[in-house]
Amino acid sequence: MAKLNINGKEHDVQAEADTPLLWVIREQVGLTGTKFGCGIAQCGACSVHINGNLVRSCSMPLSAVKASDKIVTIEGLSPNATHAVQKAWQEIDVPQCGYCQSGQIMAATSLLAKTPKPTNAQIDAAMTNICRCGTYQRIRAAIHKAAGNTAAAAEVMANEHTVV
Amino acid sequence: MNDMTNPDLQNSVQNPARRDFVVKAAAAGGGLALGFNFLAMPSVVLAQGASAGAPELNAWVAIKTDDTVVIRIARSEMGQGTLTGLAQLVAEELDCDWNKVTTEHIFPGQSLARKRIWGDMSTGGSRGIRTSQDYVRRAGAAARMMLLQAAADDWKVPVGEVTVDRGTITHSISGRSTSYGKVAEAAAKLTPPDVKSIKLRDPRQWKIAGRPVKRLDTADKLDGSKIYAVDVKLPGMLCAAIKDCPVFGGKAVSFDQAKIANMPGKPVAYRVNESTVAVVADTWWRAKKALDALPIVWDEGPNAKASQATILAHLTTGLTSNDAFADINDGDVNAAISGAAKKLEAVYTAPFVAHACMEPMNATVRLTAVKAECWVATQNAEASMATLSQTSGLPLSACEVYKLDLGGGFGRRGGNQDFVRQATLIAKQLPPGTPVKMLWSREEDLGHDFYRPIAQAKLSAGLDAQGNLVGLNIRVSGQSINAFANPAAIKDGKDVRQLQGMWKEPGDAQIGYTPPNLRTEYAMRNTHVPVGAWRGVNTNQNGYFLECFMEEAARASGKDSLAFRQAVLQKNPKHLAVLNAAAQKAGWGSPLPAGRHRGIAQFMGYGSYSAAVAEVSVTGGNVKVHRMVLATNCGHAVSIEQIAAQVQGGVAMGMSALLSQSSVANGRIVETNFHTLVLPKMVHMPKVETVIAPTFDFWGGVGEPTICVVIPSILNAIHAATGKPVRSLPLTGGLRLV
Repeated sequence: MAKLNINGKEHDVQAEADTPLLWVIREQVGLTGTKFGCGIAQCGACSVHINGNLVRSCSMPLSAVKASDKIVTIEGLSPNATHAVQKAWQEIDVPQCGYCQSGQIMAATSLLAKTPKPTNAQIDAAMTNICRCGTYQRIRAAIHKAAGNTAAAAEVMANEHTVV
Repeated sequence: MNDMTNPDLQNSVQNPARRDFVVKAAAAGGGLALGFNFLAMPSVVLAQGASAGAPELNAWVAIKTDDTVVIRIARSEMGQGTLTGLAQLVAEELDCDWNKVTTEHIFPGQSLARKRIWGDMSTGGSRGIRTSQDYVRRAGAAARMMLLQAAADDWKVPVGEVTVDRGTITHSISGRSTSYGKVAEAAAKLTPPDVKSIKLRDPRQWKIAGRPVKRLDTADKLDGSKIYAVDVKLPGMLCAAIKDCPVFGGKAVSFDQAKIANMPGKPVAYRVNESTVAVVADTWWRAKKALDALPIVWDEGPNAKASQATILAHLTTGLTSNDAFADINDGDVNAAISGAAKKLEAVYTAPFVAHACMEPMNATVRLTAVKAECWVATQNAEASMATLSQTSGLPLSACEVYKLDLGGGFGRRGGNQDFVRQATLIAKQLPPGTPVKMLWSREEDLGHDFYRPIAQAKLSAGLDAQGNLVGLNIRVSGQSINAFANPAAIKDGKDVRQLQGMWKEPGDAQIGYTPPNLRTEYAMRNTHVPVGAWRGVNTNQNGYFLECFMEEAARASGKDSLAFRQAVLQKNPKHLAVLNAAAQKAGWGSPLPAGRHRGIAQFMGYGSYSAAVAEVSVTGGNVKVHRMVLATNCGHAVSIEQIAAQVQGGVAMGMSALLSQSSVANGRIVETNFHTLVLPKMVHMPKVETVIAPTFDFWGGVGEPTICVVIPSILNAIHAATGKPVRSLPLTGGLRLV
């Protein structure tokens, strides 16, 4: 039995100490927005925030999480998807299949919390999640937009499509 | 393709059972998705039962009293945007308010119960829109005509005096107006028009289709509420982890249940089939942990010594063997090349490549004596249902497949329904009525794919004294998808599919170049590794082979890379036009920043014409792709923003071949997770600009056609930067993508 604070709510969970936090969140707590992609912290689909830090939950055992740690998953990021990143994602229509996007959004919100107006190089360095559909260009534009950097967002989207 | 000949077409608009169906669906209380009543997920129930109780105009359109237009979608959505595009086409002819459009999926059991009224549900080969467009547009138009007739009948005026604009019907003479929602019930009782007589709108006059609109399926991808198959949860559900023999063709000899019996989650090991073992437990993580601890004795079989080197050596024999067949054989290639002023020859290699869908393979199955149900991400729901039926032993009429949107497909989740078969075989061994969710680990996913086939090619060319291409010979040697998956498709031992993109016949995947002497040949060299369709299929290897060699030939001729190609494309103006469109947008020939170089390529597949220009710099072996301009002529452009998104997706997926491969050692795949199967990330992504150049005289695909020009345009830019051709993938020899 362990206690977890997820999205501001306390949960008593029945899981072995070596169970990855990802699977506790998905199977014991029942929040399925956090995704399984690789299990070895390579793809980032399982990204959550713990005390404001970005964590790949597939590789963090339950035993490493304290009852006082504040875990935020995609479901708890904002009420009604109103975080600036989620709004920018909607406006730019970022997702394709959408499977990796929970992790992408958690990574982007973490980046902006620490670097409110990131450069392209800072986005490259921070956004290491895999998107097999290849939504990277729109993710980059949406991060700039969420940061209020409309010029940078417009530059990324310039000539995105031309109908001749 | 003209779907007027499709018997489903008239049926889907004129079906006497339609009101009966709605009544039944409404009576069941859960709308269309009866099975989803068991899911404690309101969002799924709502999404699937959107049309519950709403008058159905025909199989594709139901309209609620609040004017909500529910458009049924039979094709699968895996991120490619077909759902939005099909809805645009129906809404275009329906002339409804786009802001009031919602969609719902159709399940194959529902379709079968109505004599396959929704037609082909499979979603592959970039056919989702192009082979549905005719009948879904006619359905939208038929619904509009019935709605207008109902309003005219109510007002007792000739229907010719009634007009509609975005779902509002007006009789301007009398100043009356009403809405689709208000007349839908009366309209649904009218006799549908003869769909063949319907005149569809001129696509150049489209108002909803062909316009940049937002996707209809974005919102729940932003807050974690979207339910993928991997998220399905049913009462009493167990979870299964699975392990197939690491060596293809091997067997599971035995396993020792006693070693895991006391582990948490009550894990039980089951034999799934000859080569596969599963562990079932109360959670997936406990099942997986027990499976990892389960001693399994494998018989690795006859392929345990196969390696990348043995496979490549096997392929290389096909470059010069006498067993190849010629598809195109125009003129006298041997004489033309041997008599040419300048001759060149090169050999290229393309490796096995994995799909790596972000959502690993999975399926949830529940069996009773009288019912088989499967919740699954599938590109071919009817194939899923056939597999469920065959494996469970229950007739199709007792089966249903609850199709969920896919966390990536790319060809992996189409014809091969191995995941449905496995989950069903596990469910058969559990007490009746016990749902089981089987989920693969990433290692299983990358180690047991149906890979893009490995191939080599030897190309030879002759140039005359003026540098014109007078002879071209293309010999492909490699593994055949048909030989593995569909041997009946190989006619007289000749598998022309492996020459995709280099066919003489126009319309689908035609070679654009017409040198006076041209031969294309294929020598089949199969391996023990399973192969299948991977986004773009054989256009990937063939586009790379042909376009990298054309670059070598252009350089040998002393001509500009664009001009050299233009000269041999004169007989195929659509190929030429799209090449010119890409070159123009990219500023071909204009000065570049210091250190940057361009590469160009064109190719055809899936009925669409594609070209690309890449801008690349190479610094100390570090290859940076800065910008890519891609042009496509897909005939009709339905979802403008989604076409751009698909082109970007093709760039990212195509570029993965620069970074990594699925290689073979000791009979198995070496790269089984993302630390070794390195995929493109944000840092690798160039700025992508898409030129959409529709000519409105055919319907081509979108999801796959552009990927084949990504690799050759980049490699040709590297060639320009370094002066050396790249003839194998992934990048080696001191080159690395950064």
